[in-house]
Amino acid sequence: MFVINCPYCGERDQQEFKAGGEAHIERPKQPTELSDDEWAEYLFMRKNIKGIQFERWNHAHGCRKWFNMVRDTSNDEIKLIYKMGERPPSE
Amino acid sequence: MKNNYSVFSLIKNAFSYHENWQRAWKDPAPKKEYDTVIVGGGGHGLATAYYLAKKHNMKNIAVVEKGWIGGGNTGRNTTIIRSNYLWDASAGLYDHALKIWEGLSQELNYNVMFSQRGVMNLAHNLQDVRDLKRRTHANRLNGIDAVYLSTEEVKKFCPIINTSPDIRYPVLGGTLQRRAGTARHDAVAWGYARGADEMGVDIIQNCEVKGIRRKGDSVEGIETTKGFIKTKKVGVVAAGHSSVIANMAGLRLPLESKPLQALVSEPVKPIIDTVVMSNAVHAYVSQSDKGELVIGAGTDDYVSYTQKGSHQIVEGTLNAILELYPIFSRMRMLRQWGGIVDICPDASPILSKTSVKGLYFNCGWGTGGFKATPGSGDLFAHTIANDEPHKLNAAFNLNRFVSGDLVDEHGAAAVAH
Repeated sequence: MFVINCPYCGERDQQEFKAGGEAHIERPKQPTELSDDEWAEYLFMRKNIKGIQFERWNHAHGCRKWFNMVRDTSNDEIKLIYKMGERPPSE
Repeated sequence: MKNNYSVFSLIKNAFSYHENWQRAWKDPAPKKEYDTVIVGGGGHGLATAYYLAKKHNMKNIAVVEKGWIGGGNTGRNTTIIRSNYLWDASAGLYDHALKIWEGLSQELNYNVMFSQRGVMNLAHNLQDVRDLKRRTHANRLNGIDAVYLSTEEVKKFCPIINTSPDIRYPVLGGTLQRRAGTARHDAVAWGYARGADEMGVDIIQNCEVKGIRRKGDSVEGIETTKGFIKTKKVGVVAAGHSSVIANMAGLRLPLESKPLQALVSEPVKPIIDTVVMSNAVHAYVSQSDKGELVIGAGTDDYVSYTQKGSHQIVEGTLNAILELYPIFSRMRMLRQWGGIVDICPDASPILSKTSVKGLYFNCGWGTGGFKATPGSGDLFAHTIANDEPHKLNAAFNLNRFVSGDLVDEHGAAAVAH
C-alpha cells in the first residue's frame, strides 16, 4: 500500500489504482507472421523483476487514465511516473 | 542413524528436561560438487530432495536455501489441503498429493498433524451454485470424494455460519470434501528435512544463489554466497523468486510475483472444527490447534517482493468474515503477514524441464502450493531423476504456454487467485 502521484490528479491512495503489469510490451506488428514461440513470449512471458521495474497503471477510481511508472518491486518505492506514449527513461 | 520418535523417546527425554534430543539435521558446509542441487529449502524443495534420495537412489544431493528452511511460504500459508480441482490434470496432481498426505506422518516418523477435518466451499450466487455442482460432478468422475450441500446441510455441518437469506451474499449451498483438511506447515518442512538428512542430503542454509553457470545449453553449476557449486542438475523450487533465478539462467517464465496475506486471531476455545472457504466474498477460515482463527486474504494486483500487502485487502476479507460469522465480531487479530506467491496466467503450476539441459523448474503454485507439497516433491524428483516428467505432471510443462494447452484453473479451482 502506497501513495501514487497520478500525472493528471495528483497524489492519491494506491487503492484507487489498478496495476496493469509490465510496460512497453509492444503488440506484434505482423501478427499473422508470428510463430507459436513468439506468441507465447508476447502473451505470457514476463520479466517479473525484483528491483527496478517498468509498469503500467490505471487510475481506475479517478480519472481512468493510463500512465507508466518506474517502481522498485523490492521495496515498493516509486522512482518515476511518466505518461503513456513517452519513451522509457534509460537507467 | 536417526533415533526413532515415539512415546517412549518422549518419556525418556522428559527425564533429561528435553535437553538431549538428537539434532534433526546437520549443518554442513557445501561440497565442491553434487549430482543434483535443489534451490530452495521450503516444503516442496525438501520433499524433492527426500524423494530423489528415497525413490531414485541418488546419493549426492544438496538443498541450498538463502534463509532458513521453511522460512518462506511454507511457514506463511494457511495450511489448507484439498484436491477438489475441476480439470482432470489438476485432480490427478492434487489427489496424488492428498494420498501421500494420508500416510505422511508414519512415513516420515514425524507428526505433521494432518487433520482430515473437511473443507467446505460456499456458493453465494446462482453462478456459484452451477460451478460448484459442475465441479462436484467432475471430482466424482475423477474418484475424488465431493458432495454438494444445501444451505441447511451447510448450517448443520458448520453451525456458526450465518445462513440468513437477508445478508448481502447469502449462502445458497456449498461443497464438502471430507478427506481434505489441514496440516502443521512447519512440521512438514522439518519432517522432510530430517528424512532427507538421514539419507545423506546436505541441507545448506543461509546460502543464496547468485548466478547459474551455463556451458552452452547445459548447466555447469551455481554461484552462491558460499562459493561455486559444481553440478549437472539444478532443480529450482524458489516460489516467489523463481523468475529471479530464471533470469540468472537467461530464461523468462510466465510468472508474476505478488504479495498474499494471512492473519491469525487471539486463541480461543474450539469454535470451528472444519475449514470453510468462500470464493465469491473471499473469506477463508479455520482454527489452529492452538485455538487461533487462521484467515487467508487475497493477493494484491501489482508485482512486489516486499512480503507485505495492502491494508484494504485484509479489510475486505474481514468484512466478509464478519458477515458470515457474526460470532467473531469481537475477536482481536494477533498477527498479520505476507508471502510472495508466483502466479501463472492459467493459475496452474509448472513442473518442467527447460530449454537448458539439466535445469528444471517447479514453480507457479500461486496461492495454493502447500496442499501439493508431498506430490510436488515426488513428481519433481521423478522429472529430475529421469529427465522426463511423470504422467501426472506431464500437463504442467512450460511448453503449454506455447502450444496453448493450458490447465485453466482460474475460477475453476474453487478459489479466487
